[in-house]
Amino acid sequence: MLAEIGQFALAVACMLSLLQTVYPLYGIYARQQTAIESAKILTVLQFVFVLLSFLILSYLFLVNDFTVTYIATNSNSALPWYYRLSAVWGAHEGSLLLWVFLLSLWSTAVALMSKRLPIESIARVLAVLGLLSLGFYLFVLLTSNPFLRTLPYFPVDGRDLNPLLQDIGLVVHPPMLYMGYVGFSVAFAFAIAALLEGRLDSAWAKWSRPWTMAAWVFLTLGIALGSWWAYSELGWGGWWFWDPVENASFMPWIAGTALIHSLAVSEKRGVFKSWTVLLAISAFSLSLLGTFLVRSGVLVSVHAFASDPARGLFILGFLILVIGGSLLLYAVQAAKVKSRGRYRLLSRESLLLSNNIFLIAALIVVLLGTLLPLIHKEIGLGSISIGEPFFNRMFSVLIVPFALFLGVGPLVRWKRQNLSELIKPLGSSLVATIVLTLLFLILFASHFTWLALLGVFLGFWVLTTTCYELYLRATHRFTLFKGLSKLGNSHWAMSLGHAGFAVMVMGITMTQNYSIERDVKLAVGESIAFEHYDFHFDAIQALNGQNYTGSMGIFTVRKDQNLIATMQAEKRIYTVQRMPMTEAAIDAGFTRDLYIAMGEMLPDGAWAVRIYYKPFIRWIWFGPLMMSFAGILMMLDRRYRIKKVEKPLQENC
Amino acid sequence: MANTRKIITLSVPLIIFFVVCFFLFKGLYSDPRKLDSALIGKSVPEFTLQDIYNPEKQYDASIFKGQKMLLNVWATWCPTCYAEHKFLNELAGQGIYIIGMNYKDNRPKAIKWLTDLKDPYQISLFDKNGMLGLDLGVYGAPETYLIDSKGIIQYRHVGALNEKNWRNTVLPLFNEME
Amino acid sequence: MRLISLHAYLSPIFVLLLCFISSSANSAIDTFEFDSTEQEQLFHDLSKKLRCPKCQNQNISDSNAQLAKDLRNKTYELVKQGKNEEQVVDYMVARFGNFVRYDPPMTPATIFLWLGPLLFILLGFYFLYGQIKKQNKPEQQLDLQEAKRLQKILGKKTAADEKLKQGSKK
Repeated sequence: MLAEIGQFALAVACMLSLLQTVYPLYGIYARQQTAIESAKILTVLQFVFVLLSFLILSYLFLVNDFTVTYIATNSNSALPWYYRLSAVWGAHEGSLLLWVFLLSLWSTAVALMSKRLPIESIARVLAVLGLLSLGFYLFVLLTSNPFLRTLPYFPVDGRDLNPLLQDIGLVVHPPMLYMGYVGFSVAFAFAIAALLEGRLDSAWAKWSRPWTMAAWVFLTLGIALGSWWAYSELGWGGWWFWDPVENASFMPWIAGTALIHSLAVSEKRGVFKSWTVLLAISAFSLSLLGTFLVRSGVLVSVHAFASDPARGLFILGFLILVIGGSLLLYAVQAAKVKSRGRYRLLSRESLLLSNNIFLIAALIVVLLGTLLPLIHKEIGLGSISIGEPFFNRMFSVLIVPFALFLGVGPLVRWKRQNLSELIKPLGSSLVATIVLTLLFLILFASHFTWLALLGVFLGFWVLTTTCYELYLRATHRFTLFKGLSKLGNSHWAMSLGHAGFAVMVMGITMTQNYSIERDVKLAVGESIAFEHYDFHFDAIQALNGQNYTGSMGIFTVRKDQNLIATMQAEKRIYTVQRMPMTEAAIDAGFTRDLYIAMGEMLPDGAWAVRIYYKPFIRWIWFGPLMMSFAGILMMLDRRYRIKKVEKPLQENC
Repeated sequence: MANTRKIITLSVPLIIFFVVCFFLFKGLYSDPRKLDSALIGKSVPEFTLQDIYNPEKQYDASIFKGQKMLLNVWATWCPTCYAEHKFLNELAGQGIYIIGMNYKDNRPKAIKWLTDLKDPYQISLFDKNGMLGLDLGVYGAPETYLIDSKGIIQYRHVGALNEKNWRNTVLPLFNEME
Repeated sequence: MRLISLHAYLSPIFVLLLCFISSSANSAIDTFEFDSTEQEQLFHDLSKKLRCPKCQNQNISDSNAQLAKDLRNKTYELVKQGKNEEQVVDYMVARFGNFVRYDPPMTPATIFLWLGPLLFILLGFYFLYGQIKKQNKPEQQLDLQEAKRLQKILGKKTAADEKLKQGSKK
């Protein structure tokens, strides 16, 4: 009965989203205040019903109701309760329910937290969000209903959650990622509402900025979590595979990064508005495209959901409607937008736009790399694969001008900048960068490679210019410490975000260039020396988990006779799906990780063991963490931003 | 006038989007995991393999010359091959010349399979280590190759042959070959 | 009876899921021995650049599928024979087609992988330059209407803020 109520609540939410789209727009058209104001109430109501539906599904998972097909396929009574709960979004149907639930959550947040916006603008934004919700409700109800029953025959127990997903990283990763994807719908809705209204101005940029930033923070964290999970869980020590599904999350992230920067310029200086709107549309469109790629089966990916052309067709139709419609609106309406600011070739505006160009070029690399295999086959040229070697090469080229410009950007003034004033800061940063790079490589690099030199140089370049800029800004009027304490949150946010990027670049560079991998045969009692470390295979133990069995290898690691770590690498067999899983043992450190994964037991009783030495790999996730924190700082600084906007305004009036 | 030009410039994203959608739509109806053989237009690679029933008897690539035929790659560990086997018997009954290649398998099991289920093959090769399989680029059983009378590979079908795909795709190609 | 009918109903999904699970969850670890560290490095590089045609999307090093194992063994054999990277890749491409290499070859279509981003960068900078050149006529930063609207919102907001402040003081 409960499942039917859940489905019914979903259907009600679907109807409410239809009302939420139509009624407020009608109100604006017919100038009926009550209809316009109904947008907020309808949004909240819709949220209540989808929340009910989501809670019911979660409850059914908790009580192991295997009469529901989706639960029978993705859960098991032996599963710990927290994994039973996260199994709600463990496969296609439930993850879509999570998607609509989060979409509704964002819409409600917009409805409740935008009291200062004119009610008409809010009504437009909510109507657009309602339309998006409507599409997804129909998708869930028509093609992917999680509440379907298996009656009259139902199994005694479920088929268990995919063991890959039984990890704390994957409990949090999908909701984070979806918060990001779905969050871009708010920026999208603001952009469409502004286009409908025919009013693209600084106020629009100002409103959508915190929302975009929030979505971007979630997406950044979501992607970083996914990468960290892949590294710690999959047992082959990689952190990014350029798989189509990863690319599908990376593309909206790049577009979002360009968008938050472009929004800042549009808000502060009133320029690039038409470009910013295009980015806002793109960021969300790419999220939708990602959904299509993951769920339609058009590409070969490790992350595939069970695919079905009917679902693919539905999303494609929805894509054409939403993205096609908004791009059409854009083509017609954005032509009326006039850019009013003036800036010179050497100015922060043009540097920011340059970096936007490089970001979008990177986006094009990822987009082409993801979709070209499909096109290549369809035009009859045969199947090809585009993977790591291609992407790595393209990104190592693109990052050079990008990081160089990124370092210079914050040092340059708005509107115009004298080149001669830049020589001193850039010159001293360059010297500091070279010194730091050489020191760093001498300390941490086992041998010289050009790529490592380049990567570390770029990282330090961004770091030193960022510090120099902070120093200049702080000592402009005050002493250093007083000046630093006077800097606004958003300034700190910018510096921290850029520093995070630098940290990530250095992490990637060091890991890519100096990782060492050894596949060895080890018996209990044997040891192997490796990169100054001595790994001793102490023992093997039997494992008995709640829903798995297996064995665990115990290793002690010593360096110059000092005990560094005791590591326990597991090899699990999940009993229901008969699926082996590697639980790697990781000794994490600031400058290096040690990583052990167990392979198979060999006929003579020894084990195949894989050992990695991964320098600076933590930095790869520490960087995005800094960037996310920077985003949060930025959002906390609303008052500061308002004053900033006020100033040029007053000068003008 | 300037406005029209602007609209055209601003329509570029829309146009690109529709082109992408066209390919995405086509992609929905083709399986990205079906690969064309890299050997189309080339002769069957050189090999020396034993007969499945008789280890003394050896074959080489010359058996693929003289008439057009099918080369079917199969194994007892492959459930789809089991599903396909009946249809292969039907084809053999229609007089189609089929050579079988038993791929990475166990000889007694394979012989039992052929005795129990009837043997549709004129010649049965035993590729225990997958040597010929590797040279042919076999990436999953069953696979069926169309080979013309000169010993040139013309087409590869991946997955089970059945009434439907035989009639719609494979047979027309087979009839076209010399 | 119950279970059987359920299995029949769900089996296509399981087959799909299991295919990818069995090959991906479990990293493949071999214990090959090499004549030199260069050979070992070459083998590792190659096994990361070659794609397993049977699997979902994995290189032959990460996959535990039978075919990936075969290809690893063949790669090992070829590397041991002293073949270089290009020769091994060519060997694989001759048998499995371009799908097997993660680094795509130049074809009339793949050229856009390089040209596309480059063209975009050139166009982008051309536009930027054009914009800057066009800005010779004098104009205001924000037009009056826009400024007023923003002012109104900001005004409301600061008024609200002040109210709040006073409230908290009380």
